[in-house]
Amino acid sequence: MIDFILEPLQYAFMVRGLIASVMVGTVCAVVGTYVVLRGMAFFGDALAHAILPGIAVGYLVGGGAREPLFWWALIAAILSSLGIGAISRNTKIKEDTAIGIIFAGTFALGVALISTVRSYSVDLAHFLFGDVLGVRSGDLWLIAAFGGFVLLAILAFYKEFMVLSFDPVLAATLRLPVRLLEFLLLILIAVTIVVSLQTVGVALMVAMLVTPAATAYLLTKRLPIMMVIAATIASISGVIGLYFSYYLSIASGAAIVLTCTAFFGIVWGIQAFRRAI
Amino acid sequence: MSLFEEFQKTTQHLSKVRHPHREDAPILRAEGLGVGYESGLALEDVSFELKVGERLAVVGPNGAGKSTLLKIIAGVLSPTEGHIEIFGNVPGGHICIAYVSQRSLVDWSFPVTVADVVMMGRVGQLGLLRNPRASDWEVVNQSLETVGLTDLAKRQINQLSGGQQQRMFIARALAQEAELMLMDEPLSGLDVNSQEEVFQILDDLKKQGVTVLVSLHDLKMAAQRFDQVMLLNQRMLGIGPAEGVLVPENLLAAYGGHLHLVPTDDGVLALGDTCCDE
Repeated sequence: MIDFILEPLQYAFMVRGLIASVMVGTVCAVVGTYVVLRGMAFFGDALAHAILPGIAVGYLVGGGAREPLFWWALIAAILSSLGIGAISRNTKIKEDTAIGIIFAGTFALGVALISTVRSYSVDLAHFLFGDVLGVRSGDLWLIAAFGGFVLLAILAFYKEFMVLSFDPVLAATLRLPVRLLEFLLLILIAVTIVVSLQTVGVALMVAMLVTPAATAYLLTKRLPIMMVIAATIASISGVIGLYFSYYLSIASGAAIVLTCTAFFGIVWGIQAFRRAI
Repeated sequence: MSLFEEFQKTTQHLSKVRHPHREDAPILRAEGLGVGYESGLALEDVSFELKVGERLAVVGPNGAGKSTLLKIIAGVLSPTEGHIEIFGNVPGGHICIAYVSQRSLVDWSFPVTVADVVMMGRVGQLGLLRNPRASDWEVVNQSLETVGLTDLAKRQINQLSGGQQQRMFIARALAQEAELMLMDEPLSGLDVNSQEEVFQILDDLKKQGVTVLVSLHDLKMAAQRFDQVMLLNQRMLGIGPAEGVLVPENLLAAYGGHLHLVPTDDGVLALGDTCCDE
């Protein structure tokens, strides 16, 4: 049993992957609490996909170098979150329609750009589904710095975000800067997605935002506890997922997401069973 | 909503600067208020004044603009015509105005306790980057006691009855130290006992000088329990004590074909076939 746990740890890439997935899981789960409570799952999914053209441009400009991709993704994520906000606010098009248009359009643009490179399929797969075992120590520092920034911001504006999410009219009558706070939350989601990109990739991102938070939502009736439970589930899922990935030779991002989903299924199943009897 | 305004709000929230209250001004003065949407006017030419401690019921059919009016007074919505003053200043800088939404619009599965919700009322006083202090919890506990919810403070909010939900929001308004309380259909869906409990609390508030403005669809309740009644159907058809406002010609003008007037021994019985906004 000890060997079972220790064996993968002799590889530095496994250790880096484990550290990355625990950090990413924590940040995603905490931010994801608001994504779940505010019903922004589709927005999160779209935002993750909309990053692809940014990565593609960085990929083409850098000639395949991985280092600058983080910054390209960050710029793309922030621009897309603002774009979605602006379109849904200033036209009569409903928000989910606006999200759908931007989501599919930018994603297609990203695929088109990447496909101009001949060996594109391998790299595209990394962007789409993540490559947590390819994380370098420089990436770990970026994840720690930006993930830490996100967590600090959530902590600093805890009560404002809670009021805004529960009762926007109260937020307005308390004269909170509602627009600015909403904007900040979008930025935080965008940064979280970029930070998590290497772990689960564009296509599976929404699961990291939504699934652990939704599982925690079933288990508690208090917001701070929901955040803690969600972060714990996500971190444990990251570790278990990577071990599955190592021993069963399955894609790491998919293994992590499947573990999260399994946790949700178990909790949901137990509660449904309890209600039934 | 300009960037500058948002910046201003942030600094105000940070420094806790609010509009001063002019002592000589009435708590509320509205002049020629109107709101127009692309689809037409939602509200036009509403003018009135309220004195401290008065209790006003706004009645009218569905779509009369009751919620719109309340939101303008709260400073959440800007009127396209006319202007409004709270204690001599625009509502946007006051945090003494509490707004209680219709219960059907609240997300009751949100993971917060009763005490958490009441504490939300303190966020304006706290300002940015500050945590609740012991004195804030003191205010929260007192507010809960005033509305008789002390025992339920740690409950999740979806475990409350309708009447308890309404009292929780009144407690939140108290924690906010509200001087003007706006409530959108607070009595709809409540049984008679719960309505009575709400009125008992409102009576206590009146003694403390809290001004209450409520939208209602129950004309009888408006006539019996409020100092003043405003009859609204996009335009203001009358305001004042009920016997002067809820007269047949006004009611017919407000409710039109939805109202049947039946003469009885003690006046006129009005039968409406409109109901709540839910």
